[in-house]
Formats: sequence, C-alpha cells, structure tokens
Amino acid sequence: MRFGVVVFPASNCDMDTYHVVDQVLGHPVSYIWHREQSLDGFDCVVLPGGFAYGDYLRAGAIARFAPIVEALPAFAERGGLVLGICNGFQVLLEAGLLPGAMRRNDSLQFRCRDVLLRVENAHTPFTNRYRMGEVIRMPIAHGEGNYYADPETLEQLEGEGRIVFRYCSAAGEILPAANPNGAIGNIAGVCSRRGNILGLMPHPERCYESILGNTDGLGVWQSILHWWGAAREQEAVRNV
Amino acid sequence: MGVIDVFEARIYVTLKKGILDPQGKAVKGGLDSMGYQGVADVRVGKFLVLTLGSPDRRQAEQSVREMCDRLLANPVIEDYTFEVQEVSS
Repeated sequence: MRFGVVVFPASNCDMDTYHVVDQVLGHPVSYIWHREQSLDGFDCVVLPGGFAYGDYLRAGAIARFAPIVEALPAFAERGGLVLGICNGFQVLLEAGLLPGAMRRNDSLQFRCRDVLLRVENAHTPFTNRYRMGEVIRMPIAHGEGNYYADPETLEQLEGEGRIVFRYCSAAGEILPAANPNGAIGNIAGVCSRRGNILGLMPHPERCYESILGNTDGLGVWQSILHWWGAAREQEAVRNV
Repeated sequence: MGVIDVFEARIYVTLKKGILDPQGKAVKGGLDSMGYQGVADVRVGKFLVLTLGSPDRRQAEQSVREMCDRLLANPVIEDYTFEVQEVSS
C-alpha cells in the first residue's frame, strides 16, 4: 500500500506522519509537494497538521486552492483514502470535501494536551481496528478546532454514522467538561458519505509507539492497512 | 480592449447570526471590566480592502462577490457585505 504525505508551506506534522508509515508500518511513502497535480500511484494521501500558508484568512482557506488539493476529489472518487489530521481536517472542510467549518476554540486558547475520544463508528477504513464505543487517548494541538455544522447537516451526519470520534470523559460520556474547544456535539472527527475521507483534530501520528507514552493512535494506521488489504482481496476474488 | 478603471472594494466579513463568537465575547468582557456597562454585544469580524481593475462597476462588483463566495468568506459560518467605489478613470 502506497502512502503520500502532502507538504504545504508551514506543514509541521509531515515528518511524523512519514515516520509512522515508513518506520512503524513499513510501507512505501513519499512526500507530495503541494504544487504537484497528480496523485496517481497513491492509495492513501495524508494531509498533515501544521499551519499551511500561515493559516492566513482562515485555517485551510488558502491551502484548499493548492493544485494537489484540487486533485483530491477525483482521487477520492476512485476510492483512494484521504486522511486529514488537524490542519489537514481544516483544509478538507475549506475544500468542501467534508461538511462544516472550524471556529476559534471557545476558550480562545491554543489547546495542546491529551484528550479522550469515543469511537463512534468502528466500521470506517480508518477505525475498523477499534471497538465501537471504545475510549482512546490522543493528543490535540490546535487553536481552531471548534467544529460547526448547521442543524440539518448535523442530523445527516448522525443519521449516516459519519461522526467518527467525539470528545468524552474517561467513562465514555459525552460531556461539556470533556470538550476541549467547544465543538458542536463534542465532535472530533467526521468522514465522507463513502467513508474514505476522514478528518480529525487529534493527532494519531503522535501516539503509535510505547516510547511516546501512548499507542492508542496506532489503531488508525492499522485500520487503514487492514481495510486496504480486505479491499484488495475482494477485488482479487471478483477478478478470478 | 475597452478602458479599464480602478476600483476599490471594502469588504466586511462577519460571523453569521447565531454563530458563537468567542473573540467578541472576550472583547465585551474587557469593555465590561473597563466600566462600559452599556455594551450589549460585540462581534469581531474582518475588514478587507481590495484594489482592482475592471471595465465597469457592475463587473467589479460581480467579481468581488465571486471572490467572497469562493475564498474571502466561508459561507458555512460567515456573511459578508461590500461596497465598491471607483478611485480613478
């Protein structure tokens, strides 16, 4: 399975992401400069965290017009996996590949700490190695993670199982006190209708080996490999 | 080619009504603590000034509207208004 990590000016989680795929998963991975126009040959593209284009105007607003982002809809249409982490999630929202928008954290403070997440959908390409309702820990580091979607969109997301992660308490309760940024419905991650595009504010590329003090993020990466392997098997069966 | 005139667009981008504005709330808190008790609400927005060439005002307005819809405002959470003035001919 071939991974690509998009690099914008001021991406800063690109090397962490590259490291997970290369050293921990042991799969081929390349950096993709944002001026590139083609995603041919890639199976999964990651938009990493950072401050693309300095977050000028709005987080993700300028990055969304980068040639490589314009290539994402066709890539996703072909079944490619797209994972937007933190700033990458913001870019996906600005690009309209996921619904909703990010507002400034309700505290007005940049939040850099661990949060607890409840896995709301364990059937996506990115979460199938978790259990439904499992509580996991991941770090966040953002000033604009206050997710918003209008009531109709929210209802649609709920109905279609597209809310993938919510901020929760240790007991898995969805409480205001567990919400680090004011996000509506404690939403930390949402996916596309087909499930092959995921955006999330927490950083699974910062918690995958015990030396980092937390391995809860590894499930995201293992899910991707597992899902891709299963998809390839099905394709092989169909082609027999 | 026709004559191109220079226009200035003054664009105001604000959070939609009903979208919580934490910055506005913090600014209001500041004003409150300074003793300006009469302030009922504060909303913080963005103000952009664009200089652009266009054959006429109508086309300048049309292109500013398109820029707002596509980039300068996020229609999910923001509204915008603008005024376009000719600065030279």
